[in-house]
Amino acid sequence: MARVITIVMRMATSDEALARAAAGGDRDAFSSLLSRHYDRVFGLAFRLTGRREEAEDLCQDVCAALPVKLQAFRGEARFSTWLYRVVVNAAHDRRRRAAVHAKAAVSWGEVEIARRAEADEAAAAQDWLQSAMAALPDDLRDTMALVLEDGVTHAAAGEVLGVSEGTVSWRVSEVRKRLREMKEAEA
Amino acid sequence: MSDEFDDLKAAMTAATPTPDAAKRAADIALAEENFARLQGSTVERRPMSERGPMARLGHGVKTMLNAMTTRGGLTLTTGLVAVGLVLVLPVGQDLLKPPVELIEPGAVVVTLDADGTVLEERTVGPTLGNETFVDALKAPFEAVRKQEEAEMSDDLGAAPDAMVAEESFAAPSAVQSLGRARAESELLPVPEAKRLVVPSDAIALPESDTEAFANAEESSLKVTVEEPVSTFSIDVDTASYAVVRSSLTRGALPPVDAVRVEEMINYFPYTYPESTGPDPFEPTITVMPSPWNAGTELVHIGIQGDLPLVEDRPPLNLVFLIDTSGSMQGADKLPLLQQSFRLMLAELRPEDEVSIVTYAGSAGQVLEPTSAAERTKILDALLRLSAGGSTAGQAGLQQAYQAAEGMAAEGEVTRVILATDGDFNVGISDPDGLKDFVAEKRDSGTYLSVLGFGRGNLDDETMQALAQNGNGTAAYIDTLAEARKVLVDQLTGALFPIANDVKIQVEFNPAAVAEYRLIGYETRTLQREDFNNDRVDAGEIGAGHTVTAIYEVTPVGSDAVRNGPLRYGDGEIAGEAGELGYFKMRYKMPGEDVSRLIEEPILPQQGAVSSDVEFSVAMAGFGQLLRDGDYLGAWGWGDAIDLATRARGEDAFGYRAEAVTLMRLAESLSK
Repeated sequence: MARVITIVMRMATSDEALARAAAGGDRDAFSSLLSRHYDRVFGLAFRLTGRREEAEDLCQDVCAALPVKLQAFRGEARFSTWLYRVVVNAAHDRRRRAAVHAKAAVSWGEVEIARRAEADEAAAAQDWLQSAMAALPDDLRDTMALVLEDGVTHAAAGEVLGVSEGTVSWRVSEVRKRLREMKEAEA
Repeated sequence: MSDEFDDLKAAMTAATPTPDAAKRAADIALAEENFARLQGSTVERRPMSERGPMARLGHGVKTMLNAMTTRGGLTLTTGLVAVGLVLVLPVGQDLLKPPVELIEPGAVVVTLDADGTVLEERTVGPTLGNETFVDALKAPFEAVRKQEEAEMSDDLGAAPDAMVAEESFAAPSAVQSLGRARAESELLPVPEAKRLVVPSDAIALPESDTEAFANAEESSLKVTVEEPVSTFSIDVDTASYAVVRSSLTRGALPPVDAVRVEEMINYFPYTYPESTGPDPFEPTITVMPSPWNAGTELVHIGIQGDLPLVEDRPPLNLVFLIDTSGSMQGADKLPLLQQSFRLMLAELRPEDEVSIVTYAGSAGQVLEPTSAAERTKILDALLRLSAGGSTAGQAGLQQAYQAAEGMAAEGEVTRVILATDGDFNVGISDPDGLKDFVAEKRDSGTYLSVLGFGRGNLDDETMQALAQNGNGTAAYIDTLAEARKVLVDQLTGALFPIANDVKIQVEFNPAAVAEYRLIGYETRTLQREDFNNDRVDAGEIGAGHTVTAIYEVTPVGSDAVRNGPLRYGDGEIAGEAGELGYFKMRYKMPGEDVSRLIEEPILPQQGAVSSDVEFSVAMAGFGQLLRDGDYLGAWGWGDAIDLATRARGEDAFGYRAEAVTLMRLAESLSK
C-alpha cells in the first residue's frame, strides 16, 4: 500500500503549493512566490546584518540562489521557515567569508562607532538599538533577528536555527537580562 | 520585565527600512533569470556568488549527476559521492540543509486546504524532474552538515568532535638532542593545551619553523686596565625564561639564541630592600665568592622598585592590539590570549579604559574605548575574535596608537599591549621601520608592551625591538599560569612604570680587579658615552619590579686571572685597592626628560648573601649552562640544581620549584 502524505495548507494559494509548483518548473509560481516573500527576506536580512547595504547584498544572494535551493524544498516544513533558514545560512556564509577574506566587518556596531564620532543626539532611539544589537554575540543576535518578527514563535525560530525551542526561550531571556543591565547602566 | 524587550522590538520595527523598489525588481528579475537557466540548460551552471574551487567542484558534481538519471547511474553516483564526501567537506556547507525525510517513489502526496478540502493528490514517480536523486544526494550531506553545525556552535577549543591535529615543533638544536636515545625516552606527552583545533572550512597547514631570536655572543672577559667601564641598559623582560620553559617541557633543549641570561634571572620575584630615600628604587650591592670558580667573585646588583598603593595608581588606558591572522589559530595562541586577557580584565578598576583593535589583513577597531566596569561588553568583543587572513602589522599599530591617543589624558597611563605570535608579514616587516615608528610614538607618551604566544612563528627579535623602543616589556605566554603571572600577579609592574631609561655604569678599579665580565645583558650593552646622554633610550622599571645584574670579577693577584700580562705594556697599576669599583645609575621619572643619578662605591665583602641573591646566581648558572658558557669550568647541572634547591626560600608561588624541575629536565636532555 502506498504511503499517503498529507500536507495541510493555511492559505488559499498556499506558499507550499506555489513552492512545489516552482520546484517542478512553473515559472509563474516562482515569480509570485518570490514577490510574496521578498519583503520578509529583506526585513530578516536587515535584522541580521544591521545595515541597509549589507541587507541588500544578502537579499540579492538569496534571490540568486533561490531557484537551485528551491529544488530541495520537500514541503514538510512551512515555506516561510524554510526560507528563513536559507537567509540565516546565507548570512552565516557571508560572515564566515568576510572573516576569511579579512574584509572589514560591516555590520552592527560600525554605525554605533560612527554615531559616537559625530555625537548626534537626534538619532538616540536608533542608536540604542545599534548598541544593543552590537553588544550581543552572534547566536543571540540571530535569535533576536528571528524572534522580533511578528508571527515567528520560539518553536519556529528553533527550527530555523536548528536548536530546540527551549534553547530559543533561554536565549531570549538572556537578551532580556542584558537589555535590563544596559538600561540600568545608562540610568 | 518586558519593557526593554518591547522597546527593542519597537525600535527594530522602526529602524527596518522598506526595500528599495528598483532593487527589489532587479533581484526578482535575477532570480527569474536563474530559474529559467536552471530549467533550460542543465550543463552550464552560473556561479551564484564568489565561491572557491571547492564549491565549484560541488557544482560540477551536481551537473554530472543531473546528466545521469537512470536508476543504476543514481546508485553509482550516490555511492561515489558518499565516499568522496570525506574529501570535499566544504561542499556540504554550500548546499542547503533540507528536511531529512525522503519521499520514496510510489508515495501518494495529498495536499489539503485549511478547511480540509483536497486540493491535490499525486503519486511520486520514479523520477520527478531532479527531485528523487537530489534527495539521495542530500541525505549524506545532511549528516555532514549536522556535524559541522555542531562544530561551529561549540566554543573555541572545547569541541571534542572537531578535527584535532598535533602541532609538531622542532627547534633547530632539538634535532640533535632528539637524536640522543636518552632524550627520546624522556619525551613528555604533548600537553592538552597544545592541540590544534581546526575550524571546518580551513585547511590545517603544517607549522613552519620561522622562529628568530634576538641575542648576541656571550660577553667576553674584559681586562680592567684596558676597559674599566661597563655600561648597559636594564632589562625587565621575562620572555626568554618562558621560551626556555616551553622548549624544555616539549622535550627539547632551547635554541641557544633563545636564552638571554638576564631575563632568566629577572623572571623571578625577589625582595631586595626597598628604597628609603627620594628615589623610587634602591640598589643593593652584594659581593660574594663565585660558586663555579674559586678564584673569582660575584658582584651582585639588585634593584628594587617601589610599589605604590592601589589607590595612588593613576587611571589606565589600555589598547589591546591583537593579531587575528590565520597563524593565530592554534589553541596556544588566540584562545589562550582570550583567556589571558579575561584574567587581566578582572584586575582593572572602573576608572581604567579598554579598547580592542585587531590587525589581520585590514586593521579594525573591534571595541571602542570602554570603561573596565563594563566587563560583559569587553568580554563579548574579545570572544568574538577569530583568526583568519594575513597580517599587516603596521596598519594595526597605527590604529592602536590612534585609539590610545584618543583615550590619553593628563595624569593617566596609556599603553598599547600588542599580542601576537610574532608575525608581521604584510606591510612593513622591516624591524627598523617598525622600531622607528614605535620610538616616535613613545615620545608622545604612549607605551607599548608585547606579549608573545605560541611557537613556530615566534619572532622574538621584532618583539624585543618593539618593546624596547616602546618603553615596554616583552613577555612570552606559553600557559595560562604564565598569563596569570604576567597579567595578574605582576600586572602593576607591567603597566605602571616608575622610571624610564634606566642605565647602569660600573667602573672597576684596576688596582683591585684584574678582569671582569657581565653575565647576560649582551643585547643591552651601551657605549660609554651613552650613559650621560639622555637622548639614548634604555629600559623601564615598573612598579614593584626588581632588576638584577651580576658581574663576575677576578681580583688582582688571584689564580684565576686568565689574561697574561702584556709584554710591551706598562705593567704598573696605580691607585688603592680599597674599592672594587664604582656604581652609577641614571633614570628618568615618568614624563621627565632629564635624568637623575644614583651612585655608590662597591666595597669588598659588601652586603649579606640572602637566599634571593643565591637563587639569582643559580639562575645565572642555569642560563650559562644552557648557552654552553665558557666560564663555568667544571661546574655542571648537579651543582646548579643543588644551589637552586638550597636557595629556594619561601617560594610562595612555586616559581622556583618549577625552575628546579626545568633544570633537571635540561640536565637529562643534555646528556
